[in-house]
Amino acid sequence: MNHTVKDAAFLPFEPLKQTNSVINEPRLVRWLLIAAALGFLSLFLLLPLLSVFVEALRKGAGAYFAAFADPETLASIKLTFIAAAIAVPLNLVFGLSAAWAITKFEFRGKQLLITMIDLPFSVSPVVAGLIFVLIFGAQGWAQPWFGDHIGKVLFSTPGIVLATIFVTFPFIARELIPLMQEQGTEDEQAALSLGATGWQTFTRVTLPNIKWALLYGVLLCNARAMGEFGAVSVVSGHIRGLTNTMPLHIEILYNEYQFVSAFAVASLLALLAMVTLAVKSFLEWRYADQLAATRRH
Amino acid sequence: MPGLTPTLGFTLFYLGLIVLIPLAGVFFKASGLGFAGLWKVITSERVLAALSLSFGAAAIAAVLNAVFGTIVAWVFVRYEFPGKRLFDAFIDLPFALPTAVAGIALTALYSENGWIGSVLAHAGIKVAYTPLGIIVAMTFIGLPFVVRTVEPVLREVERDLEEAAATLGARRWQTVLRVIAPAVFPSLVTGFALSFARAVGEYGSVIFIAGNFPMVSEIAPLLIIIKLEEFDYKGATAVAATMLVLSFLLLLTINLLQAWVRRRV
Repeated sequence: MNHTVKDAAFLPFEPLKQTNSVINEPRLVRWLLIAAALGFLSLFLLLPLLSVFVEALRKGAGAYFAAFADPETLASIKLTFIAAAIAVPLNLVFGLSAAWAITKFEFRGKQLLITMIDLPFSVSPVVAGLIFVLIFGAQGWAQPWFGDHIGKVLFSTPGIVLATIFVTFPFIARELIPLMQEQGTEDEQAALSLGATGWQTFTRVTLPNIKWALLYGVLLCNARAMGEFGAVSVVSGHIRGLTNTMPLHIEILYNEYQFVSAFAVASLLALLAMVTLAVKSFLEWRYADQLAATRRH
Repeated sequence: MPGLTPTLGFTLFYLGLIVLIPLAGVFFKASGLGFAGLWKVITSERVLAALSLSFGAAAIAAVLNAVFGTIVAWVFVRYEFPGKRLFDAFIDLPFALPTAVAGIALTALYSENGWIGSVLAHAGIKVAYTPLGIIVAMTFIGLPFVVRTVEPVLREVERDLEEAAATLGARRWQTVLRVIAPAVFPSLVTGFALSFARAVGEYGSVIFIAGNFPMVSEIAPLLIIIKLEEFDYKGATAVAATMLVLSFLLLLTINLLQAWVRRRV
């Protein structure tokens, strides 16, 4: 990432510059490859994003803003924020402690633990919702006790929060683990030998070392938490104004042919995605060396 | 180092509570059906059609992503062109854009009066509400996986080696095929597998554009939801367990294949 940024800053636009012809492709091939890549990206990424805003504004700004006056829309926005506000901090605490245990110590079964943490990524969101229906549904094995002592889980906010936690489970941990593995334990050992407590070592040495990767993980986790559809759809029960998150509300509006309202709510989530991408690009550009080098997500 | 007990303890507790115990419940519930019962559900015509559609469309989408993802990674690593930084940021859009938003946007684009759909309609190609639409949505969702796994490996390829190959008389295409391709191939397999796994389970971006006609464009995750809405919990669990097992088996196969490729290279 940082290589291209630096190269781009110092080189003028010269895609056809023949620096060393034996290790470069012919002009025509280069142009064709660039055209194919940008054509593919435009068709599959830029056009869909653009169309969200075009469809939302199809009937003018008045119709666009009217979509947000609907109390059910406002309720869905509120529920989305509540779910993310619970799921993200919990997964943050988990990500920090998992990364600490995995990267600062040696123990058997570590690789297996890392694989397990990644599990939610390879599970279909619908299956993720299903597992909570099996536990808390009408015939679920935990429902008799929960129903008596805690209250309803499925078709209410707790179920939505649980499903959201499940699908966003690995995000922060997997952002931190490769970076902290690379950084090793020397800094912490030094702090401890100078008399710092474990907590002081964590807050004053480890945390500053990983803060940008942590922010990056939180951003991706939050984007997924607010946008999750499949898992939440299974556990929500679609009670309007009560258990609909923004993505579920978009589905209802869309199926009722209220396209402007559907795309208006969608445009809020699209804006969130664009802010996420912008901050992410900024972090990669500014703090490339402090983010994990081996990243997939 | 302090803190092993609390951090590892919390990690295992939280992992067990949120992921392992709930997931184990699927297999526990599915085992209640017995092998014969399970077999009956998954060999029913509608379930077989849904499973083969989900896995088949995901495979085609992953192949498309492997081809174009490699081209995108190549172009971003090797060439300079205007707008490169902007395009680079947008590659991760499918990670950040909620699937339901992607779903309605793709449907608007590819339906018969949409920007792309109307052009294709002239050529007699119908994308929205057909299996083609499912492939389009799955390609969107899996796009960043190949690019982001191939890109760093391609960046590490030493240009000295390419110069050496050229000096020894290799043509450019021979260098690309014999020097660069073997180095990049294992990461391409990983990217393919990740993209495939994501597409198989994808729901939100697919259901809007799919049309959801039973036996034709009904994906397996949707069938799980339909069975749940009919209170057929056992049927839903059987389909879910089958999907989980098939996905794990495929990922395992691909991992083994990758290890084999690494040994040979």
